[in-house]
Amino acid sequence: MATEVQQIVLAGADERDLTKLAEYEAIGGYSALAKARAMTPAEVTDELITSELRGRGGAFFPTGRKWSFVPSKEQIPKPHYLVVNADESEPGSFKDNEIISRVPHRFIEGCLITAHSIDCTNVFVYIRGEYSGPYEILVAALEELRDRADIRGDVTIVVHRGAGAYICGEETALLESLEGQRGQPRSKPPFPAISGLYASPTVVNNVETIVTVPPVIAMGGAEYAKLGVPNTRGTRVVSISGNVVNGGNYEIVPGMSVREIIYDLGGGIPDGRELKAVVPGGSSTVILTKDEIDVGYDFDSLAKLSTSMGSAGIVVLDDRCCIVQLGIRFSEFYEHESCGKCTPCREGTRWLTAILRKLEDGRASERELDLLLDVCDRINGKCLCPLGDSDAIIVASYVAKFRGEFVAHIEQGGCPFGGESSLDHVLAPIQMHSHVPEGNWLEAAHG
Amino acid sequence: MTDLYDEIQEIRAHYPEDAASAVLPALRRAQEEHGWLSPDVLREVADALETTPAYCKAVASFYDQLHLTAIGEHLVEVCTNVSCAVVGAQQVVEAFESGLGCRAGETTEDGKVTLRAVECLGGCGWATIVAVDHHYRTHVKADDVPAIVEELTGGD
Repeated sequence: MATEVQQIVLAGADERDLTKLAEYEAIGGYSALAKARAMTPAEVTDELITSELRGRGGAFFPTGRKWSFVPSKEQIPKPHYLVVNADESEPGSFKDNEIISRVPHRFIEGCLITAHSIDCTNVFVYIRGEYSGPYEILVAALEELRDRADIRGDVTIVVHRGAGAYICGEETALLESLEGQRGQPRSKPPFPAISGLYASPTVVNNVETIVTVPPVIAMGGAEYAKLGVPNTRGTRVVSISGNVVNGGNYEIVPGMSVREIIYDLGGGIPDGRELKAVVPGGSSTVILTKDEIDVGYDFDSLAKLSTSMGSAGIVVLDDRCCIVQLGIRFSEFYEHESCGKCTPCREGTRWLTAILRKLEDGRASERELDLLLDVCDRINGKCLCPLGDSDAIIVASYVAKFRGEFVAHIEQGGCPFGGESSLDHVLAPIQMHSHVPEGNWLEAAHG
Repeated sequence: MTDLYDEIQEIRAHYPEDAASAVLPALRRAQEEHGWLSPDVLREVADALETTPAYCKAVASFYDQLHLTAIGEHLVEVCTNVSCAVVGAQQVVEAFESGLGCRAGETTEDGKVTLRAVECLGGCGWATIVAVDHHYRTHVKADDVPAIVEELTGGD
């Protein structure tokens, strides 16, 4: 299939500086808002249902349906809230960074249309604390609307900055954080649509989902649904990184293969190296080997390989990458970011790191490989949120697809890369924390 | 009353009346002003929010960007997650360590610069990402580090 690139989310941003209100209005900006306000909220929601747009944060929940779950104010007499998840922290994913930085007004327009559809006057944009640049651009764009009551209507948009916690990208942890608490996930139900922010009906949507709303209204849901493939309609902003010539964000129409994305858009592998593996949708997704990349980059095709587009962060790994070290580095990430609420995640992520480290250092036998998978089983499906599951799922996938490399570590008494892996001796933040015990606590615990 | 007190009241006005939502932005504002969240600063924030210093500390300790110990005048944060690491983030960390004369996780002896390795900063396609005083430098290579060190430590 031909490589197809069409811009809907980022349309116009290559030609004009769409961070400026005048430029955005010059290409018809905020006209979808006017169109939506002439419709009833239910009509707007129906348009989204027709479009088959699914959430772009990684869970793929149909957007229109999510909005339709918000009860009427007669049913629950409380204010409704829209909370936009701009806490993008998934390793490999950086699309929302670019979306807010380049098309902030389209994003704001999406917030305002969504607010109209769910009968809400208070929007909170929870943006990760590290995104100073996008934050400043978004605030400047909102400032341009200060005297534009015709656009703002009666809606207030508050940009709320996080302060460094991956887990706050999980919607209930985000709500906890927004309420001034430590960012620990809540148990569901109740779901946010019924009892979310301040125990009120709340819609939580990802940045890319929201920025797609104006084009859906402008072109009509039926037209939007003609793009892409079943279950993955419209366009998707894909982040490409790692060992690839042209890292960056690319807006694609689903139907392309992973291979086409890496080679046609990303320019292939640099330095004359060979492809080894691909992380398809951010760190938390099951890895693909180099022999699996002809798979279509869409929900259904990837599901057949038990993996996902997730947050559309493709991480390309060349043949210098030791898979055990990859497991260590991602496990160190999950260990660092575990909120500590559920025991299987808090303890299990630490165990995964430690066992993988033992394998890497050549201190492990087959028994440790079994133990590693056993710990994965004891995490997976046993926590409130997907953080611990993610670590367990990916590590298990590394063993399943690269078992020979794990066995080589055992048989050779250490890393077969002999210090030449691209991930050798990488300093992870968790190693800087003094509360992590030094030495062989794993041996002490396990013998 | 201090300026910080007034600013925190302004922040509170963005949220429903009895909500604690202003805690995070208030702590951020206090840290911008004082550099880090000392016990005195936590008390000041708590008073302005009509809550306790313990509550503020409990919240602050959860978040990586809020500092409960003193940090340098400048903050250098190098992403060492996978996308940055496979293109040389560790070499960038080491170049900063030798250029600044301190290890990652430490502050230079003169209190000027704190160096940290951090988790994914969300700029993976433009690796290596280094946040210098919270603003991203992209495509940073070990060779670029001496100039950044000079920029932060030069002039005295």
